[in-house]
Amino acid sequence: MSKNRRRIEIRFRVNRKLRRVCVHPLTRLLDILRLELGLTGTKEGCGEGECGACAVLMDGELVNSCLIPAVQLHGRSIETIEGLSKRGRLHPIQQSFIQRGGTQCGFCTSGMIMASVALLMGKKHPSSAQIGEHLAGNLCRCTGYSPIVDSVRKVGKK
Amino acid sequence: MHAFLPDFEVYTPRSLREALALLNQNNHKPLAGGTDLMVLLAAGNLPAGSYLNVNGLEELGGMEVGKDKVRLGALTTYTEIRRQAILCKEFPNLVAAARQTGALAIQNRGTIGGNIANASPAADSPPALLTYDAEIKLISEKGTRVVPYKDFHLGYKKTLLGTNELIHSVYVPRRFRNWHHYYRKVGARKSQAISKVIIAACALMNKDRIQDIRLSAGSVAPYTLRCFQTEEILRGEKKSQAAIQKAKTMILSEISPINDIRSTAKYRRYVTTQLLEEFLLSLP
Repeated sequence: MSKNRRRIEIRFRVNRKLRRVCVHPLTRLLDILRLELGLTGTKEGCGEGECGACAVLMDGELVNSCLIPAVQLHGRSIETIEGLSKRGRLHPIQQSFIQRGGTQCGFCTSGMIMASVALLMGKKHPSSAQIGEHLAGNLCRCTGYSPIVDSVRKVGKK
Repeated sequence: MHAFLPDFEVYTPRSLREALALLNQNNHKPLAGGTDLMVLLAAGNLPAGSYLNVNGLEELGGMEVGKDKVRLGALTTYTEIRRQAILCKEFPNLVAAARQTGALAIQNRGTIGGNIANASPAADSPPALLTYDAEIKLISEKGTRVVPYKDFHLGYKKTLLGTNELIHSVYVPRRFRNWHHYYRKVGARKSQAISKVIIAACALMNKDRIQDIRLSAGSVAPYTLRCFQTEEILRGEKKSQAAIQKAKTMILSEISPINDIRSTAKYRRYVTTQLLEEFLLSLP
C-alpha cells in the first residue's frame, strides 16, 4: 500500500521520454504537463471534461487530461501535441489543419488534433459521420466545425 | 483548479483484499475512472478526506460471458461495453447508453461501477440496466452479497452500498435476446450532454400482445426509476391507442420530475410520455 497526503513519485512516459515527477496524488495530468514539464501545448478549457481542449493520448486512447489524477499515471505512456512532429516535420493531420483552415483562435486545436490522431490510428479514411462522432467531445467556438471535419477527411491529400 | 490538495489523502491498494481491509478500518471513498470525482475536485466541490484509488484492481475488471448471464466487472469502461459483440447483440440498451455517455474521451475512462455508485438520477447506464433485470455483486471484508439492481437505489444519492463495500460486478441475465429494445436519451445536444429525460425499455411480444415488458426512466425522479405500474397495465395488452393513452397517464403518476438547470418539470413530463409512446409504436 502506498499512502500519501503530500507528494508521490510518478514515473511515466511523455512523448516516448521517461519522466519523473513528485506531485500530490490528485494533481491533474493537465497540470503536470503544463506546470511540471512545461508542455503548454495542451490547453485548459473548461476543466471539467466537457470541452476536450486538454485531450491527450494515454496508452493510445483519447482522454481528457483534466480528469486524470497523478495517482493513476504510473507506468503509463502519454502523447501530447508536442510529440506529433517527427524530425521537424509536422504530422500530416497538423499540415491538413493548416492547409484547410482547421484552426482559428487555436485554443481547441491541440485537443482537436489529438482526437483526430486517435481516430486516424483506427481508421485511415473515416467518414464524415465517424469524424463527427470522434470529435464530439471537442468544442470549437470559431470555425463552425466544417473546416475541421474537412481537415480530417482530406488528411494526406493535396 | 479550486481544490486545496493537501485536504485529500489517497491510498492505492495493491489488491482487492487490501482495499477491503482499508475500507473496513476507515471511511474511504472509492475513486475509479475519475470522470465524476475529478470534475468535483476541480470545482472545489469534492468533500475533503480519504480516497481509495481502486482503478488498477484487476479483480474488479474483466468481462465474462456465461451460459445464462454476462458478468461485467465494476471497472468495465463504456468503451469496453461498446466493443463487446455479445452486448451489442443481446443488450443493445446498455450499448446505446455507453455510446451516449459524454464523448469518447469520457467513455475511455468512465466505468459502469462508478456510474452506479455515483447514483446520479441523470446517469445514462442505470435505465438500461433496469430493463435487463441486472443484479449487482457487492463485496466487503465480511463477504459478498448479490442484490437486484432494482432495489439498489433508495433515494436521492442514497444506495444500498455500505461504507465498507465496493461494487464488484454487474450481472445481466441472457434472456432478452428475442425482446424488442428501446433506449432514448434527450439532452441539449447529441453528445457530451447530461440527460433531461431518458426512457429505456424492452418488451417481449406474443403475436400482437405485449407478453412481458420492462420500462425505466432517468432524470425524472430522485433516482433512476423502474416504472412497475406502467409495466403492469401494459402486460398482456395489444398495441392500441387506448393502451398507449392508459400507459401515458400511468407513467405520469410514477415520475416526479423537478425544475433544474437542465430542464423543467413540465418539459420532462411531456417528453417522458412522448418517448413512451414512441417506444410502444415501435413494437411490431
